[in-house]
Amino acid sequence: MNETAAIQTKQDFLAHFKNLDFSFDADFSKEKRDFAKEQLQKLNFPTSKTEYWKYTRINKLIKGNYKTDFPTAEIDFELSVPSKNCLVLVNGYFSKELSWSEQTDGVHFSSLSEAKEKGGAIAKKFGSLSKDETEIFSSINTAYHQDGAFLHLEKGAQASEPFYILHLVDSEGAVSNPRNLIMMEEGSSAKVVMKTLSTKKGASFTNMLSEIFVDRGANLSVDKVQNEGEQDYQIACEQVEQKADSVFKINTFTLGGKLVRNNLNIDLLGQHTETWLNGLYLLQNKQHVDNHTHVFHREPNCESHELYKGIMNDKSTGVFNGKVYVHREAQKTNAYQSNANMVLTDEASINSKPELEIYADDVQCSHGSTTGQLDEEALFYLRSRGMSQESARAVLLNAFAADVLEHIGVDAVKEDVESFIDKHYQGVK
Amino acid sequence: MASEEELLEEVTSQEYKYGFYTDIESDKAPKGLNEDIIRFISAKKNEPEWMLEYRLNALKVWQEMKEPEWAHLRYPKPDFQDLHYYSAPKKKKELESLDEVDPELLETFEKLGISLDEQKRLTGVAVDAVIDSVSVKTTFTEKLAELGIIFCSFSEAVQKHPELVKKYLGTVVPSTDNFYAALNSAVFTDGSFCYIPKGVRCPMELSTYFRINEANTGQFERTLVIADEGSYVSYLEGCTAPMRDENQLHAAVVELVALDDAEIKYSTIQNWYPGSKEGKGGIYNFVTKRGLCMDNSKISWTQVETGSAVTWKYPGCVLKGENSVGEFYSVAVTANYQQADTGSKMLHLGKNSKSTIISKGISAGKAENSYRGLVKINKNAVNSRNFTQCDSLLMGNDCGAHTFPYIEVDNKSSKVEHEATTSKIGEDQIFYCKQRGMDEETAINLIVNGYCKEVLNQLPMEFAVEAQKLLEISLEGSVG
Repeated sequence: MNETAAIQTKQDFLAHFKNLDFSFDADFSKEKRDFAKEQLQKLNFPTSKTEYWKYTRINKLIKGNYKTDFPTAEIDFELSVPSKNCLVLVNGYFSKELSWSEQTDGVHFSSLSEAKEKGGAIAKKFGSLSKDETEIFSSINTAYHQDGAFLHLEKGAQASEPFYILHLVDSEGAVSNPRNLIMMEEGSSAKVVMKTLSTKKGASFTNMLSEIFVDRGANLSVDKVQNEGEQDYQIACEQVEQKADSVFKINTFTLGGKLVRNNLNIDLLGQHTETWLNGLYLLQNKQHVDNHTHVFHREPNCESHELYKGIMNDKSTGVFNGKVYVHREAQKTNAYQSNANMVLTDEASINSKPELEIYADDVQCSHGSTTGQLDEEALFYLRSRGMSQESARAVLLNAFAADVLEHIGVDAVKEDVESFIDKHYQGVK
Repeated sequence: MASEEELLEEVTSQEYKYGFYTDIESDKAPKGLNEDIIRFISAKKNEPEWMLEYRLNALKVWQEMKEPEWAHLRYPKPDFQDLHYYSAPKKKKELESLDEVDPELLETFEKLGISLDEQKRLTGVAVDAVIDSVSVKTTFTEKLAELGIIFCSFSEAVQKHPELVKKYLGTVVPSTDNFYAALNSAVFTDGSFCYIPKGVRCPMELSTYFRINEANTGQFERTLVIADEGSYVSYLEGCTAPMRDENQLHAAVVELVALDDAEIKYSTIQNWYPGSKEGKGGIYNFVTKRGLCMDNSKISWTQVETGSAVTWKYPGCVLKGENSVGEFYSVAVTANYQQADTGSKMLHLGKNSKSTIISKGISAGKAENSYRGLVKINKNAVNSRNFTQCDSLLMGNDCGAHTFPYIEVDNKSSKVEHEATTSKIGEDQIFYCKQRGMDEETAINLIVNGYCKEVLNQLPMEFAVEAQKLLEISLEGSVG
């Protein structure tokens, strides 16, 4: 694509948002929008020559014809949310009718626009992690986000009920930029479940961005489940900042979607932090999933553990690109990174790129990547014990996924993913 | 095989002594790179028309290309128009005795425990010494000729065996491959050529010594090794360069062709001037090395990289044939301000192809050492297997060690494993050695040697000793 064509494509894409009205927005947010719009003048969509997008083609995604209006049709979802806190977004807009939450001291769980209106700490934090200068999808989100979820736990607040943030993609051709903000103050603790679901009627594009602040001694666990239709595109970005002694855990489950790209960037700003990144991608048909993670060790004595596993079936393609960066100052870092893949057919493929960039000497860092298939001998063993081919496979695939599943913080999510595996891999040839 | 004495006799009776001499009058082309220079080089070497055409095409390709910037390296870009692309000793000025050889060089050889005359005496090693791109000496050629083995300088091969050169040149590394390969294809002046006929097992280790002699001259060797069906050859390449204060560019291309059932073992020791302790000067080493494996063949790369200010090198194998095997064993040491971005590319195309990559990086001082590798399993390469292990050792807190592996698997029956670790030398290990009476430097040498053992074991005997010493010299004083 030559330069003029690239600019044209960008302008055509941005034209989708031209009718959106943001005059209601808070001033600090408007400033961020204007700044992001300025950046959009300069930024261009990544191409196959952009190193971090090497394995993911977004041509079809950016050339799609989308709508930004709120759906008028009845929402046809069966939502089973086993929690007292649930916030629902539909095509990027907050849905008051579908959401509910309990009142707890020191806990604020609301739509982003409501939080912006109230002001306070959000004014400083909002947009401070998003990389609008360099990442085009981030600046699109900042410039044109409609709404999103806001979770704020005050100092020492402990929430036992998980917070569900659901993003539903309804009408065909919807493009949305959901924007979430999570602030965990000192010593607070919470569990969050982020889910994206779609009516699977047609193509859509979700460009989600979440900014997550985990302050000193806070503990946050996020289970992220992506289960969209086979024509839905999603780019999801989490920008995380961790202060001293905090614990952050995120489990990413990609179960559906035509093209899913996850950018997970974690910045470790204090000592003695603990970080867990787990992922499981179970792909069928022509799905494409691209997981990018970046853990930035800036301070000494921190620990990060990364485990991503994938099963590629049919004609699906998977990408894993994990990076651990250890700064000169970050002595005594322990960083582990592991990526295991199972390719079930000859049409499926996997590209794995685990990276280490290390500038401190007193560290323990390692990474591993494996690609293989079901162990024939294990299969034979199970068959010889009287299991059918299908159930033997399902047992092995479940076992393969098990060490990611055991990290899930909310039981209901675990059951969901397990039943998904049973359903989809029983009949695998 | 000739006895040691006979060999000694043969070598010493000859008047010419390897020409490691800095005052040889050079026949230089003017600075710069354009069509005229290419024609000049080609005419100088009295090359046939097809060779000139090959060079001119490569030049055209090169002019369209941009210098790669993706590597984890920082260095001032060379000005390609400010280099001499041809420099050959005008007359093969001959030395009376070893005394005339650069004493500094002799000292280095001494340190390595492999002085020149010792080198000459080593039985079973044919030495093809290359000074500034023009091969000036070939020994053992006759002995090899008896077996039908062709081992000569590249320019000689162009004259005497044009059919072989024409058939294989650029088939493994096409001139369009990358920026430096294109540059080399356009301006290469000389190098080595080797052909092992069908079913022949080469009875000795073939070896060449490269040296960059003339200041301001980029050196562009071209090596082509062809192992015909069922043959075997072990090829050694070792390099030394005297001190220079200016960055020198080196962009070599090595092509290996292993036809059905053949085996090539290619070992390299690279010990070029790494620049001063302050990071001044040193060689730029941008090399493209690749082997093509046909059915049931095997190519094994072993390298010990201790020199050069900047290294950019990814020896690889195209495993085209069924049951073909590719191996890569590497030790890369960077100290002071050295930078290395090196690794291996294994491209699996044939069924049941197997590859192994063992890479050991050692980083000291303010050096940067990166492993960058690609393992690609093509859809048709069913039942393929790769195992990669890259370990990094850090010494001191100002250096960096990085790993950038690319793993691409396109079928369901292949297995790929990659693992990497980064750590520093265990303090308890050093303590243990010191407690047994070693000083810290010896202790570290011992530990480093042990750490690299897996790779050093792959080297032919002649190189193994030298390599171990080299590691010690390279890390001298970098431990604090």
